[in-house]
Amino acid sequence: MPRYSAFAVVKNALTGHTRWREQWPDAQPKKEYDVIIVGAGGHGLGAAYYLAKEHGITNVAVIDKGWLGGGNTGRNTTIIRSNYLYDESAKLYDHALDLWDGLSQELNYNVMFSRRGVMMLAHNVHDVQSFQRHVHSNRLNGVDNRWLSAEEAKAFCPPLNISPDARYPVMGAALQMRAGTARHDAVAWGYARAAAARGVDIIQNCPVIAIRRGPDGAVTGVDTAKGFIGAKKVAVSAAGHTSVVMESAGVRMPLESFPLQALVSEPVKPVFPCVVMSNTVHAYISQSDKGELVIGSGTDQYTSYSQRGGLPLIEHTVAAICEIFPIFNRMRMLRKWGGIVDVTPDRSAIIGKTPVKNLFVNCGWGTGGFKATPGAAHTLAHTVATGEPHPINAPFTLDRFRTGRLIDEAAAAAVAH
Amino acid sequence: MSQFRIPGKGRVDHAKTVRFAFDNREYTGLRGDTVASALLAHGVHLMGRSFKYHRPRGPVTADSAEPNALIGTSRGPGRFEPNTRATVQELREGLICESQNRLGALSFDFGAVNDALYPLFPAGFYYKTFMWPRSFWDKLYEPVIRRAAGLGRAPSEVDPDTYASRYLHADLLVVGAGPSGLMAALEAARAGVRVTLVDENAEMGGALLSDPGVEIDGRPAWDWLDATLAELASLGVRLMTRTTAIGYYHQNMIGLCQKLTDHLDEIADNAPRERMWRVRATRVVLAQGALEKPLVFHGNDRPGVMLAGAAQTYLHRYGVKVGTRAVIVTSHDSAYHAAFDLAAAGTRIVAIVETRAAPPETLRAEARVRGIELLAGHTVTGTRGRLRVASVTVNPVQGGRVGEPRMIHCDCLLMSGGWTPSLHLFSHTKGSLQWDAESNTFLPGRMTENCHIAGAGRGLWGFEAALTDGAKAGADAARALGNEAKAAPLSVAHDRPGTGESHRELPTDRRSSRVRAFIDFQNDVTAKDIRLAVREGMRSIEHVKRYTTNGMATDQGKMSNINGLMIAADAVGKAPPEVGLTTFRPPYTPTTFGAFAGYHRGATFEVTRRTPIDPWAEANGAVFEPVSLWRRAWYFPKGGEDMEAAVARECRATRASVGIFDASTLGKIEVAGPDAVEFMNRMYTNPWTKLAPGRCRYGVLLGEDGYIRDDGVIGRLSDELFHVTTTTGGAPRVLNMMEDYLQTEWPDLDVWLTSTTEQWATVALNGPNARKVLEGLVEGVDLSAEAMPHMSVAECRVAGFPARLFRLSFTGELGFEINVPARHGLALWEALMEAGRPHDITPYGTETMHVLRAEKGFIIVGQDTDGTVAPEDAGLGWAIGKKKPDFVGKRSLARPDLVAPGRKQLVGLLTEDGGVKLEEGAQIVLDPDQPLPMKMVGHVTSSYHSATLGRSIAMALIEGGHDMEGRDVYLPMPDGTHRARITSTAFYDPDGSRLKL
Amino acid sequence: MLLIHCPYCDETLPELEFAYAGEAHIARPEDPSTMSDEEWRDFLFIRSNPKGPHFERWRHVHGCARFFNAVRDTVSDRFLLTYKAGEPRPDLASLEAAQ
Repeated sequence: MPRYSAFAVVKNALTGHTRWREQWPDAQPKKEYDVIIVGAGGHGLGAAYYLAKEHGITNVAVIDKGWLGGGNTGRNTTIIRSNYLYDESAKLYDHALDLWDGLSQELNYNVMFSRRGVMMLAHNVHDVQSFQRHVHSNRLNGVDNRWLSAEEAKAFCPPLNISPDARYPVMGAALQMRAGTARHDAVAWGYARAAAARGVDIIQNCPVIAIRRGPDGAVTGVDTAKGFIGAKKVAVSAAGHTSVVMESAGVRMPLESFPLQALVSEPVKPVFPCVVMSNTVHAYISQSDKGELVIGSGTDQYTSYSQRGGLPLIEHTVAAICEIFPIFNRMRMLRKWGGIVDVTPDRSAIIGKTPVKNLFVNCGWGTGGFKATPGAAHTLAHTVATGEPHPINAPFTLDRFRTGRLIDEAAAAAVAH
Repeated sequence: MSQFRIPGKGRVDHAKTVRFAFDNREYTGLRGDTVASALLAHGVHLMGRSFKYHRPRGPVTADSAEPNALIGTSRGPGRFEPNTRATVQELREGLICESQNRLGALSFDFGAVNDALYPLFPAGFYYKTFMWPRSFWDKLYEPVIRRAAGLGRAPSEVDPDTYASRYLHADLLVVGAGPSGLMAALEAARAGVRVTLVDENAEMGGALLSDPGVEIDGRPAWDWLDATLAELASLGVRLMTRTTAIGYYHQNMIGLCQKLTDHLDEIADNAPRERMWRVRATRVVLAQGALEKPLVFHGNDRPGVMLAGAAQTYLHRYGVKVGTRAVIVTSHDSAYHAAFDLAAAGTRIVAIVETRAAPPETLRAEARVRGIELLAGHTVTGTRGRLRVASVTVNPVQGGRVGEPRMIHCDCLLMSGGWTPSLHLFSHTKGSLQWDAESNTFLPGRMTENCHIAGAGRGLWGFEAALTDGAKAGADAARALGNEAKAAPLSVAHDRPGTGESHRELPTDRRSSRVRAFIDFQNDVTAKDIRLAVREGMRSIEHVKRYTTNGMATDQGKMSNINGLMIAADAVGKAPPEVGLTTFRPPYTPTTFGAFAGYHRGATFEVTRRTPIDPWAEANGAVFEPVSLWRRAWYFPKGGEDMEAAVARECRATRASVGIFDASTLGKIEVAGPDAVEFMNRMYTNPWTKLAPGRCRYGVLLGEDGYIRDDGVIGRLSDELFHVTTTTGGAPRVLNMMEDYLQTEWPDLDVWLTSTTEQWATVALNGPNARKVLEGLVEGVDLSAEAMPHMSVAECRVAGFPARLFRLSFTGELGFEINVPARHGLALWEALMEAGRPHDITPYGTETMHVLRAEKGFIIVGQDTDGTVAPEDAGLGWAIGKKKPDFVGKRSLARPDLVAPGRKQLVGLLTEDGGVKLEEGAQIVLDPDQPLPMKMVGHVTSSYHSATLGRSIAMALIEGGHDMEGRDVYLPMPDGTHRARITSTAFYDPDGSRLKL
Repeated sequence: MLLIHCPYCDETLPELEFAYAGEAHIARPEDPSTMSDEEWRDFLFIRSNPKGPHFERWRHVHGCARFFNAVRDTVSDRFLLTYKAGEPRPDLASLEAAQ
């Protein structure tokens, strides 16, 4: 893999940039692989990379029905944070954050991980209690997160409206300084390039029709649009499409797929420094390096694979942003798009083994999978390679829905009284 | 009058001048001008700088697809907006404009150093660089990149304008009022269809406005247009200009954004700036026309280089010549007409550079007649001029070989690469696109919604074709709606049909490394960038787009998508449809946030629910807190008290005498019917069969997963009637859950559910003197402890109002909750205040309520439970009807993890130092000396200073807490570790003797 | 925004009046206490989540407040049918043939 650097760019400028090589080959399937990963998003490509790098397993194919990175990896609002409440979640996301830290250098691909801080706004007493619980729990878990008064929040993010007369006044905020954003496409491309350099085949435009199992019940490979491809192990990392793929192996999942919409504004010069999230009014915002305001919304109410989404939700989201940042009222929306997110009953992911021998799954990331990309990929690779979960993903089993040992971050933020 | 404005020409009002400023220089234009046309009338082409290289740029279009001429516009405080298209913004008196994305002056931009260094900034260079040294990314590289990026500056003040929104139902919505749209609307309206016709421009007519020489049915185009608009109006068609169809949503819902004031000199008070329409149309005709494609050649981005169709529009609509010496470069017939019209208006057409070897003979002849040099089979290989094109280099092409260059001086270069149908809204529907290899363009394929596409939007060219097709679409739509319709025939004279050929980059004799042929003007994406992306393995147009940012500028690819695709497909070596076309996404053009937000702003962002007693609380100085959608009185400070002092006083007064509390926000549901008790038995954990009418019970509601969802006191008013109370925030969820089970699981049960939250105002009286206050006001019930013991309910009259009177207590004191019809709530409150005066009755808010209940160890669902807490965990095992065979959530309580040891359980917590009040959410450990990450065993759920007890109290969820009473635990806080002892949660009056008064 | 036909009101109305209520035809077991942990998990959490026709529940919450069932294609979001709660699960093949 020729190294990328400023020097390489200068050198190639002399030859009119005609000598750059392809970042990954568009592979055709071999007859058999040690491991097939279904889904060439950041998670799947990352898992292939770590399989090759950390476990020496290079006879690996990543198969996707479309182009790599074309699913939720390329459709999210790129927020990265780890200030989760439960130990299990905090450890998983913080593991990811550790990997994010050096990812550009590790992959030799600038994924533009920007530690600009993620600020979560509290709008009522219940939010304050809940976020302070997060802050205290994070502190003792060694996870960066601190509490800001409304005035401190505004000092950090000047356009914020902290008027006590607001419909949802800001009563304070939790700030994780180490958190931030990254360039989503670059994550998929960087992993793809680094994995391909280690011998991984990336097979695009090859829908998986079914997972095939042998007489002993164990996985034998996948039937695809390009024919049967044998595999000793299969890992499904197909986000919104996981239920459908797993069903073909006879595994029914505790998942539902919902449309999730996001939007960007026209680009403007830097106007606020960080990521701001408000769960109460359901709006998330950051400013991309290109200058666009990147805004995330909640999911639509019904399950869907249409990637369409409705207007009312977008209207609500934009209204919420203008509530928090009244100066953005005259900004303009440039484009809006939808993704398909797979949601588990406890809103936490599933990474691990399945009832089928040699079949593994990584799914259920809901609206927050991007931030976990390196962590999910790393622990999935470990699980596939060794046949047993890494201690970090061990709690995120499929079996927890039987035992009741849920990791319910959403419920922990439940509102009542 | 400048030399570029033609007196009397165009649709502008030459009698009305309008003053405006651009970059602090005063200009005048005419009523009807856009900023771009007015500046062009002064010979000003330079209006902006590009995103990456800061290259000087002028308008390339005359419409909403404009990528270059973006300006900041303002009209006084708070009314500034960046990135406005100068080609769309209508002139208004006093309009202030500024150019964007420049360091220094627009004519001398220091940022243009990037342009000189362009070889260092190919597509995606930032993915390969800025990685070393690692620490520089946060501190240096990214801040520099961020400052360099962005176009205009963001608004910095709160927007004083308002925005409106409306719903509209239409039989037929026609999008686009060019020839096709007009005819579609006309035919449908004539057939009796209720039609709405919208157009994004200030006036209707579309391409007709730029081609007045056409004759339709024997009338000049503009006369025909006037007559047609008059007929549409007379037929009752709703005509909406300045109205952009921004998105096509499910089942023919179209979002329209209508601009109302940006073009006005003065804004009337309270006039909304824009209005968002949500239109539900039975049928839709999309007549969005076509977009002209730029040609791709070295230097195609210089100010003065623009689309031929745009020049034609500036000429005919605005009476503006875009230059005095024009060169045309084209691969399509349409540009000839622009050339001929400009020539007629006095612009010298120096040459028509025709990429085709053999353009139609009729056009050749017309050029000859006008003395215009026609260079067929030629290419453009470059332009010169620093801030304005000054010359163009043209070369003959023969057999693929580019011949000797020739330089031609000019002050504008008008290009046309043909036309591509505008299929944006169709694309929103997820309708499929089909590649038409002959015209090298995408045409609409399979429809998913009830729509028709007409005219240039489906690849037709020429006025007759567009008008006829529009008429057919209108008639088709009318028939689909059940009306009889037949499209009348039309005759068109002086039509300008035409054809052309498609190009990727024009042939050139330049070394490829020296060619800078722009595709996405705003984002500075060149043809070379596209080819580089493909070379690097980006084989899908989605990858190419994301890698190069082609099509991601504020025109959303209107100028660049097709050219980018053609070149990418060539580089990949596949047909364009195999490389794909990126999906067009809403909105069609950038749309103001305020228009989406509409009325949902400030106090009306979301409804605020207020109780009937809220006005009293406000008048008496209450501080409020938001609780779900309600605002509730938090505390009632007196004489400068802070919250702590007020709450302490309210608590003491309640325990010592009597306190009064507005509990109206509590959810209330009536469960009525012969099977009401059976229904209650199935829903709630508690047994209800033996609860006698007139008595109450504390009920616990689980989800089917076994976790606590809600709680509240439930009174049985009769055998068949329960008055259920829920938490404030939980009322809608609980009712929904009850309805779900009743309607879908147990439809056999004869039960009715009614939400009565807002029917009753609820006032709680608590304290040893509560009965004394109430006694004198109650009729029809004996309040004595014997007749009305704790946890009983009666129907009676209080203060003359019909009431449901509960004796219950959430404070541990003698307590009553009086429910009266909401309209009497305030009067009841005032009567109680009056009756309580001898007892120093004290109003208290939610904070005091919280403290008083915590002193008794009563939980608040959502604070002391968090959705993972089962009844046993919360110490509510006693509320489970052990003998009941089933209730919602019962089976889940037997799941392995719910019976496993070590579950978090609710306990009391007393700090070693009673002066220390723990923080809610503080985490609990057994060993305070362990290193991070610490093993946490629980957290504080509630914590208060108790004035009654003279010390702090807290509740906490702790692993195995019920077996740990008496043990010490630790709370490591940033300012030191606190020690606390686990206790019972009943801190005050554990025997409940005070309830027995 | 979807348009939804309420089988009780017999009117087609905008989605804003309705609340989605999850997959349909998952009946609560007669006697949960007899169910294994696996069976109970399936009832609580396992969902078919198909790409294509989906049997699902809606509630006309800002109308008649009734729960009803629907068949909707999750790829196109198009409703194939709505029907009253308690009515049998319609046959998909004949439903698609009728479209």
